[in-house]
Amino acid sequence: MKLLSLTAVALGTKIRNGEVTAKEAVLASLEAIEAKEEQIHSFVTVDREGALKRAGEVQKKIEAGTLTGPLAGVPVAVKDNLCTQGMLTTCGSKMLYNFIPTYTAEAVQNLERAGAIILGKTNMDEFAMGSTTETSAYGATRNPWNTEYVPGGSSGGSCAAVAAEEAPYALGSDTGGSIRQPSAFCGVTGIKPTYGTVSRYGLVAYASSLDQIGPIAKDVTDCAVILEAITSHDQKDSTSIQRTDVDFSTALVDDVKGMKIGIPRDYLGEGLDAEVRQAVLAAAKKLEEKGALVEEFDLSLTEYAIPAYYVIAAAEASSNLERFDGVKYGYRTKAYEGLHNMYKKSRSEGFGAEVKRRIMLGSFVLSSGYYDAYYLKALRTRAMIRQAFDKAFAEYDVILGPAAPTTAPRLGDSLSDPLKMYLGDIYTVSVNLAGLPGVSLPCGLDQKGLPIGLQMIGDCFQEKKIIRAAYAYEQTRTYQRSPLAEQ
Amino acid sequence: MKQSQSKRLAEQTEKHKISDETMEYVGILAKLELSAQEQKEASEDMERMLAYIDKLNELDTSGIEPMSHIFSVNNVFREDIVKEQDGGEDTLANAPEQRNRAFVVPKTVDQ
Repeated sequence: MKLLSLTAVALGTKIRNGEVTAKEAVLASLEAIEAKEEQIHSFVTVDREGALKRAGEVQKKIEAGTLTGPLAGVPVAVKDNLCTQGMLTTCGSKMLYNFIPTYTAEAVQNLERAGAIILGKTNMDEFAMGSTTETSAYGATRNPWNTEYVPGGSSGGSCAAVAAEEAPYALGSDTGGSIRQPSAFCGVTGIKPTYGTVSRYGLVAYASSLDQIGPIAKDVTDCAVILEAITSHDQKDSTSIQRTDVDFSTALVDDVKGMKIGIPRDYLGEGLDAEVRQAVLAAAKKLEEKGALVEEFDLSLTEYAIPAYYVIAAAEASSNLERFDGVKYGYRTKAYEGLHNMYKKSRSEGFGAEVKRRIMLGSFVLSSGYYDAYYLKALRTRAMIRQAFDKAFAEYDVILGPAAPTTAPRLGDSLSDPLKMYLGDIYTVSVNLAGLPGVSLPCGLDQKGLPIGLQMIGDCFQEKKIIRAAYAYEQTRTYQRSPLAEQ
Repeated sequence: MKQSQSKRLAEQTEKHKISDETMEYVGILAKLELSAQEQKEASEDMERMLAYIDKLNELDTSGIEPMSHIFSVNNVFREDIVKEQDGGEDTLANAPEQRNRAFVVPKTVDQ
C-alpha cells in the first residue's frame, strides 16, 4: 500500500497521471482507518459508501479532463464542526448527536470543487473548546506517536488522522490555536490563515471574531496548495475578505536571504520546556544559516493574551451557543415543564462540562455590572496586543517561536486543571486576537519521542512570508512519520 | 506554578467569591440548570478564572478603543437575490419534534 505515506500533492499527481485511481486512494484510506481507528479514534463518522461513490464520479471527471487541479481525487478528513450536507455533524457534542446539515460549509465546498473526496468527520473537543480532544462526547482521540498521550486540540482528530496516515490531509479550525497546537503535538503542519481569508459559512461558530478554518497536512507545500483551494471571498460570510494575493503556492521557495525574523524573548521565558526551547532555537539557527537575519526582541503583553482571550472567547461562545435550545435541531430533554425548563434541561444535559464552564463565564462577563470590567477591558487589551504586533511587524517579516510550551501531555492530565490547560495556549491565542496568519510545523522530537512544533507568525495578509520561511526550514530536515503511520 | 504565585491566586480567588444569587442569575442568562454540586464546582471554577483574568487590571488601557473585530468593517451589503434553496423538509427533519411542517415547542402562553 503506502499510498498514504505520500503527501496530498504527490498523491494528486499520481492520480492525474493515471498511476493511481481516486477509488484506490479512497480504499487505501478506508483500509488504514479500519486498521488504526481502534487505537487512535480520529473519526466520529466515516462515510465509506459516500466516499467510494464520490471517488467514481471524481475519477470520471479527471479522465474527462474537467478536473485538473492538484487535489483532484485526493481524499480528505473534515473536522466535525464543518457542516457537510447529508452527513452527520456533531461538533463532538451530545447536543448535536443527530444533526444532519442541509448545506455544506463554503470551505468544504471549495475543496469539493477542486475534486476532494470526503472520507468522514474528525473528532474534536466539544464545540472546539479544549486543547486535548478529550472533551469530545464521543471519546478521546489519541496521539499517533504514543497512544498514552493526547493529540492536542481542538482539531486533534484531524491532526491525528494525518499523522497516522489515515487521511492524506484534513481541514481544521483555529480559534486560539486549535490547528497549530495539535499539529505540533502530532508532528504535522497546519496553517491558520489571516482572519477573513477562508469563509466561515457552515463552520459551527465558537468565537466568531477569532475562528478561522485552515489546512492540516504532512508538509508546507500541501498546506499552501490546500489553502489556495479553500480561500474565497464569500458573500454568505460578511467577515470574508476579497483578497487578490492568494496564489500561496508561489511562496514555496527555498530562499530566506535577507528575511528578517524576530524571536520574542517573551516566548522563551518561564514555562517553556527546555527541549522545546532548544529545538526551536536550533530551527532559527538553520534559517540564519540560510541567510535570514534572526534576532530576539521584546514583543510585550504576552502574559495578557490568555486572560483576554478567555474573556472574549467565552463571551462570544455564550452568545453563539444560545442557538442550541432543543427546538430546531439536536438534543431535547425527555421530561420538562414548559418552554424555559425545556431549554434549560436540554442545554444542561446536552452540553459537556467544559462547554458549560465557558458559557457560564461568558454570560457572566457580558452581564450588566461586569461588562465594562471584564469584556470591554479584554477588548481594550486585544487592541493593545494588536498594536504590539504592528510594532513588531514594522521590524520583522516573520515572528518565530514555539507552537506550545511543552510537547503533548498524557491523557487525563489536563482535564483536572482547566487553568493549566489554558496556559498551554500562551503562544497561539494572541495570533487569533490580532487576526494574524500562523503556521506550525515539526522541528524535532523530545526525549519521550513526541514531536515538537515550530510556529511562525506573519502580519495580516502575509501568509506568503510564513509559507516561504516554513518551506525553507522544512528543506533542512526530512519528514518523520509517526509509529502508527508506519504500521 | 511558583508558591508565591499560587498564594496570590488563592487570595485573588477569595476576593472573587461569587454568591449563590449571582450564580443563579448567571444560570438564567446562560439558560443552564446546574445541580447543587455542579453549581458549587462552577462557582469555584469561575472564581479561579476571574482571579486569573484580574491580571488584565495591571494594564493601563485608558484611551484605548475596544477592539471587537480585526478589521473595521461596517454594514457589509450584498444584492438580495432570491435563490431556489428549499431545504424545508431536511431542515425540519433535524427537529426533535415536528408536526404539519412546523417545529413543535411546549406551550408558551396561557389561554
